[in-house]
Amino acid sequence: MTTTHATSAGTRPLTVLVHTALLTGRLQRTLWRMPTFLVIGLVQPVIWLLLFGQLFRAVADLPGFASGSGGFLEFLTPGVVMMTAMFASAWAGTAYLQDIDRGVLDRLLASPAGRGAMVCATLVHQAVQTVVQSLAVVGIALLAGARFPGGVAGVGVTVLAAVLLALVFSALSDAVALLTRQQATLIAISQFTTLPLMFLSSAVMDLRLAPGWVGAVAAYNPVEWAVVAARQAMLAQAGRSAVQGHLALLAAAVLVMGFLATRAFRAYRKSA
Amino acid sequence: MAALRRAETALEAVDLIKTYSTGRNKPPVRALRGLSFHAARGTVFGLLGPNGAGKSTTVKILSTLSAADRGSARVAGIDVAAQPDRVRRTIGVVAQRPGTDPMATAAENLLLAGRLHGMSRRDARARAGELVDRFGLTDAAHRLVRTYSGGMARKLDVALGLMHRPQVLFLDEPTTGLDPQARSEMWDEIARLAADERMTVLLTTHYLDEADRLADRIAIVDHGTVVAAGTPEELKSGLRGDAVLVELAGAEPRARAVLERVPVLRDITMDGCTVRGRTDDGARALPAVLAALDEAGIAVASATLARPSLDDVYLRHAGRGFEAAGDEAPKGLEATRNPEAAK
Repeated sequence: MTTTHATSAGTRPLTVLVHTALLTGRLQRTLWRMPTFLVIGLVQPVIWLLLFGQLFRAVADLPGFASGSGGFLEFLTPGVVMMTAMFASAWAGTAYLQDIDRGVLDRLLASPAGRGAMVCATLVHQAVQTVVQSLAVVGIALLAGARFPGGVAGVGVTVLAAVLLALVFSALSDAVALLTRQQATLIAISQFTTLPLMFLSSAVMDLRLAPGWVGAVAAYNPVEWAVVAARQAMLAQAGRSAVQGHLALLAAAVLVMGFLATRAFRAYRKSA
Repeated sequence: MAALRRAETALEAVDLIKTYSTGRNKPPVRALRGLSFHAARGTVFGLLGPNGAGKSTTVKILSTLSAADRGSARVAGIDVAAQPDRVRRTIGVVAQRPGTDPMATAAENLLLAGRLHGMSRRDARARAGELVDRFGLTDAAHRLVRTYSGGMARKLDVALGLMHRPQVLFLDEPTTGLDPQARSEMWDEIARLAADERMTVLLTTHYLDEADRLADRIAIVDHGTVVAAGTPEELKSGLRGDAVLVELAGAEPRARAVLERVPVLRDITMDGCTVRGRTDDGARALPAVLAALDEAGIAVASATLARPSLDDVYLRHAGRGFEAAGDEAPKGLEATRNPEAAK
């Protein structure tokens, strides 16, 4: 009677997809049962957009600030989309920490669910959240009067870049969670990486107005890749190839981080 | 011949060694020091020992959650180190700590477990319904598990382990933390399961009565090795004879010398007002003991005769009483790794 189940679990690629779908479903269902998180997740980016938009409005008047044809809000919107994606996904590992704490992770690890599927599920879960949050930010910006010459295609590129960035940070967060198994460490590491990476990018500031070294560092910063791709697409500033180049860099970073997160399970098992 | 034995052997551990590093400048903890045992298909095998003896580490290695430093293990004939994925498809695990998702209902927990094992949605629904009925959770099946009592959550844990009808079920201290009534219900259920579903069960426990009641064969584990193995009856009869227990009315140092002169009594130990001895002929020993004490003018509060218990077996093989061993264990390796289990 057990053999029937064993054979049906034998077809690998399909099994990984099914397991990813099942585990993603579980994460999404849990999120729906915590409405506070849903509300905060939607309200927070809106506050950032409006707060930063007001606070730094005068920046756009500085000589040399390239904000395209529009004002600061147009410049800021892609930046806030990426901030939101990064900050939210840096917490992705918390789901593992909770599962470790509740014994659920060990039960999953002793089941046929693959490690790849377990990582993919958290990534897909974060990606869905990022799509919703990014559209919310763009929607609020439009309501506040911003206009984007890039149109629907520009918004599409922005959402794609945000999802890729979210995947990079979710995978990193998953790996840190599995390796350290400490909420405090995860918080410290995500604070330590996300804030500097945000300010070492053009998310809220035109880098041509920053010291030269900031621009040099930003060239290697995934946040900057995402912000540049999104801004150029939204404001219809640059050619297609520049956008594609940055998206390709982000996609490569996702693959590297995803692989590392899957490997982190090995270390977790070793110390178990 | 060897192949035949392998086919009949559902669980096999050979010389398992596992050492945990506990941090810089601290000596590593040697959880397993060459632990070996084997269990026949369709039986309940008990690993009995105090906290920190290495039982949970053994379960983790056999269930692919952890890797042994040395030694080998097979589950249903499959090598756990070489083919962990195949092992995972044949086993059900009920860990020492709860493993249910508190933010999901019992039905959702069960369906996910079944579907991950490749059951169709329809099969999984049917099986989940069967299990919630069996464990008396039908009314609560669609409530979030975080609203469950400890006993209900534990039953769901066991149901989760059974969901896909595993060939081998690991039950790591299934009744720890349950009240006496819930424990006795769980015992009935495990006994029935082992009979009905004809699977092999590896039960770890630090309750002697639990191992005695449920296990067909037992291995006594102490300090990471098996110190004795056999059926409960074999282990007990290895002690030869019945236990005589005399409670004196007051502390009386002379009692020991007096009883040493009773010919049918041996292995006499004394602790305060309690005197223990062993005899091959309980029917003659008891009157002789009472007569000798009476003659010496020593008042007796009670005198009992008992078949040897697993506690006696443990005392003999581990060199100390079971309760004492539990206290002395290095604050349980398992306990420090699982803060919840320590409470």
